[in-house]
Amino acid sequence: MTKNAKYEAIVVGTSAGGLNALFVLLETLPANFPLPIIIVQHRSKDKNDLLEEVLQNKCKVKIKQADEKEKIEKGVVYIAPPDYHVLIENDLTLSLSADEYVQFSRPSIDVLFESAAGVYKDKLIGIILTGANSDGASGIRLIKANDGLTIAQKPEEAFSPVMPSAAIKTNAVTHIWPLSKIRDFLLTLNN
Amino acid sequence: MSSDSKKIRELLESIRLVYGYDFTDYAEASISRRIQHFISTRKIETIDELAKIVLKDEKAFEELVQEISVTVTELFRDPSFYKSLRENVVKRLATYPFIKVWIAGCATGEEIYSVAILLKEEELLNRSVIYATDINQKSLKIAKEGLYNIENMKSYTHNYQHAGGKRSFSEYYIAKYNTVLFDKSLRQNIVFSPHNLAVDKSFNEFQLVICRNVLIYFNQQLQNRAINLFYDSLCPFGFLGLGSKESLLFSDKQKQFEDVDKKEKIYMKSK
Ligand SMILES: C[S@@+](CC[C@H](N)C(=O)[O-])C[C@H]1O[C@@H](n2cnc3c(N)ncnc32)[C@H](O)[C@@H]1O
Repeated sequence: MTKNAKYEAIVVGTSAGGLNALFVLLETLPANFPLPIIIVQHRSKDKNDLLEEVLQNKCKVKIKQADEKEKIEKGVVYIAPPDYHVLIENDLTLSLSADEYVQFSRPSIDVLFESAAGVYKDKLIGIILTGANSDGASGIRLIKANDGLTIAQKPEEAFSPVMPSAAIKTNAVTHIWPLSKIRDFLLTLNN
Repeated sequence: MSSDSKKIRELLESIRLVYGYDFTDYAEASISRRIQHFISTRKIETIDELAKIVLKDEKAFEELVQEISVTVTELFRDPSFYKSLRENVVKRLATYPFIKVWIAGCATGEEIYSVAILLKEEELLNRSVIYATDINQKSLKIAKEGLYNIENMKSYTHNYQHAGGKRSFSEYYIAKYNTVLFDKSLRQNIVFSPHNLAVDKSFNEFQLVICRNVLIYFNQQLQNRAINLFYDSLCPFGFLGLGSKESLLFSDKQKQFEDVDKKEKIYMKSK
């Protein structure tokens, strides 16, 4: 068993500039990538923004919008829908919620990360990419407190440095990496 | 299962026995988030401590119910839903001499006034009765008053227009200081009542049932229970409208409904 075989899921949070960053991370992943990836990309309430379709066009791995109580599968990338938070249940299904905004956001990265940390504990990887507010920082702290692995995009190269910087400020980020390095790391999980 | 998760289960079970409120089949992730939030704002240390407090102090229990029953709502939330409701349902309701609508989980009432406005614009309101229910009594009281913060009116007006609204939205309310009061004509045929989808039974027969963004808080079994309740409460060919991310997927009545608008989650009881 490699040391990476311990991980069971990846959560990713991003806002401004996120689409391009997500392309870099997801484009090279093989269709049979061994982990599920659950993503919150801040988006407007507009239900016709085609985020999932746009990503799928360039990616081999399956990309879909998170559905209510759906079973989390390996090799699938789930994107939080507009206007709903996504949470992870103990039975490894996804739940949606219409609770109030958290960190001015719905979907909120903190809500996803905090519930994922409680379920996956040390088998979780949390990644914060470019973004213009500090959603996700509190979630990163909780992932770390549960011995998960935390990664932030290097703020200097991020389209908007606020979000990774806020995560780093919690002192709970294990690796501060440029996007290309995060991508290469994800590829090593494939073995 | 973590120890916290076990403790929350025990707490919900005791609440059910002591107060008759059944939260045991709520989706766990969300309810534990609410409970943790409650604990952290009250300076309570542990779930055991919380259990001790709410099981002997009814007021503390009511506050916990407020925390658990998420009241977030809007007027004409998801305008495309209301547009479809107008085009595909409300017009068909006109064939009934008398129309009964049930809005389950109506929260603070914004949804009720949205439906009332639709019915009014299709000239059906004076022969309709809207039954508006929720478990949260405080929310029902706000719904009954029909008083809302003026701050949100701009976005509600936008929603109304995108929902195919026919008039100027401001015709429906009077603004006073920083609140608005919805027109009396909209409020006259509404019956407000507490009703718990987790424990209570069907109480009438309806041509239209609307229950949006409530099922997402339930686990699959409880979603199934609620949809059975709606099924039993609908007349033949009655309509059911759910939230944009909800569906009949976990219901054993799935085959007894037909899609009216699949995307907007509007169904018709067909069998
Ligand atoms: C997020 S709000 C949705 C409000 C509105 N239907 C909408 O879509 O904007 C959820 C509502 O469901 C109510 N609710 C929760 N559990 C319930 C139950 N067991 N029976 C009836 N209502 C319930 C809550 O009190 C709250 O008002």
